[in-house]
Amino acid sequence: MNTATLPISETRKPVESKITTLPPAPRERSGAAFADALFAGITRLAALLVFSLLAAIMFSLVAGSGMSIMHFGPAFLWNSEWDPVQQNFGALVPIIGTLVTALIAMVIAVPVSFGIALFLTELSPKWLKRPLGTAIELLAAIPSIIYGMWGLFVFAPLFSQYVQPLFIKTFGAIPGVGLLFGGPPMGIGMFTAGLILSIMVIPFVTAVMRDVFDLVPPMLKESAYGLGGTTWEVMYQVVLPYTKVGVVGGVMLGLGRALGETMAVTFVIGNAHQLSPSIFAPGNSIASALANEFTEAVGDLYTSALIELGLILFLITVVVLGFSKWMLSRLARQEGARA
Amino acid sequence: MSAVFSPISQGNPIYRARKRKNQILMGVSLAMLVYGLIWLVWIIATLLWEGASALRPSLLTEMTPPPGGKGGLANAIYGSLLMVGAGTVIGTPIGILAGTYLAEFGRGAWLASATRFLNDMLLSAPSIIIGLFVYTVYVAQVKHFSGWAGAFALALIVIPVVVRTTDDMLKLVPNSVREAAIALGCPMWKMVTMVCYRAARAGIMTGVLLAVARVSGETAPLLFTALNNQFFSNNMNAPMANLPVVIFQFAMSPYEDWQRLAWGGAALITAAVLLLNIVARYILSRSK
Repeated sequence: MNTATLPISETRKPVESKITTLPPAPRERSGAAFADALFAGITRLAALLVFSLLAAIMFSLVAGSGMSIMHFGPAFLWNSEWDPVQQNFGALVPIIGTLVTALIAMVIAVPVSFGIALFLTELSPKWLKRPLGTAIELLAAIPSIIYGMWGLFVFAPLFSQYVQPLFIKTFGAIPGVGLLFGGPPMGIGMFTAGLILSIMVIPFVTAVMRDVFDLVPPMLKESAYGLGGTTWEVMYQVVLPYTKVGVVGGVMLGLGRALGETMAVTFVIGNAHQLSPSIFAPGNSIASALANEFTEAVGDLYTSALIELGLILFLITVVVLGFSKWMLSRLARQEGARA
Repeated sequence: MSAVFSPISQGNPIYRARKRKNQILMGVSLAMLVYGLIWLVWIIATLLWEGASALRPSLLTEMTPPPGGKGGLANAIYGSLLMVGAGTVIGTPIGILAGTYLAEFGRGAWLASATRFLNDMLLSAPSIIIGLFVYTVYVAQVKHFSGWAGAFALALIVIPVVVRTTDDMLKLVPNSVREAAIALGCPMWKMVTMVCYRAARAGIMTGVLLAVARVSGETAPLLFTALNNQFFSNNMNAPMANLPVVIFQFAMSPYEDWQRLAWGGAALITAAVLLLNIVARYILSRSK
């Protein structure tokens, strides 16, 4: 072409010539393929490491508690003795303490989290959503030991002085129920531990509830509003049934957290190895028993029994968290099928 | 919210009752939010109040004292920084690589979905169990507590946080970006490291910062691994002082001056953790 002298084609020419030589040398290609395989291999190795971690934890706990399992057998689970001097150990008291404190925590945390999630998804003005949401999430950022210290030095004295006597006076005389509130007002105990745990799990449960409430198709809510439903009716009869599985998953996630929380509970539960019907009585949880006694445990059997406690806690939380994850993935799948 | 003003609804007792119920329950919802916020404000106010009286320069320059003596928390702060640093340096690369596998290489693979499931359980698993694990596989074998054991335990807590955020953030990178890189003849590893990582950088950074924040307040896994040390120590192979365990020990003690130091440490740690959280959120929100 005549236009070959124009600058444009001059710049194009070397490009064309480059294209003709494009297929790279085979050695370079295999180099890239090798680098690819290497990188993919390294990432897979890291994933395998994470994958095997849970099994490794389980294995090490079983191995560490071997001596105690052999010595006490399954009776470890319902033996309420914990006597380092006689070397007689049973897990009943810490197991009950763990379950009772977690239960108290959930009874308080679930309605509160639901209320907060409802406010943040339906009622809050847009500009307030982010700061309020962040503030609630910051509750989860405060380290557990801070909750414990604050609970022991600030909350417990006030609680024993002003709130507990009120409870004891009001409910203590009722037969049956009165047993739950028996004992002197000490401030620390199972109920205080449960209450502080509830504050710690509120952000987790709220976060899951907010996420699943946001999954509800706006059209569904709008039609309910269009039929004249009040906010509460839309929430309770449309949003909640739609997200039921996810809400249960969120509650289970909170429960898993509450069961294994250590430092906050250690400060305020009272660390008394005793069974009592009263929720105001001091008790012990698996995690707090470990935190208090593990480094001071003398003798292999004592250490082994403590590790077996850890194993029990691990199994309980794995089941609860696995169930939570399963529920949440069911919601995600149901969502995928509908989309 | 959903007031319907029609002549029928005005005098209708059923409608009025429904509306009343709604108003009450919305009030309760607001009360729940206030209830949640009260604890946050109360705890932070306590820390400011109690911490202010303990905060003085000697907190940062002097060693932990015997009961009744004068001192600070210098060795504990130093030990904490060392262990949190080591734990983050060990945990972050493993977490990022595993997260990369989940988001980039393992799509549809059973290993990826299984790892994602197990990782989410690790994320919420009790941290004291991690401490027990490191105790049985490391401390019990070498027969002494050490700073390294503490760092390993913290690394095991860093990993799931980083895996989760890396996975989530890489999944947000649009596929068209990947396809564009591949179409230019870019090998996979280059695409991931130079295109996807770059696109998800702010998110991954946020994950690491949140992991550091979580780990700096962790006490339970350090109790059986790093233990504690009254003196200044650089030796990661020996028991090492650290802020959370010192706070625990001092707060539980009957000595007034130890408790004061514990409040100072508590205020320091909470300030650091909340600051890290807010910085992480800021980075993430700016990148969006």
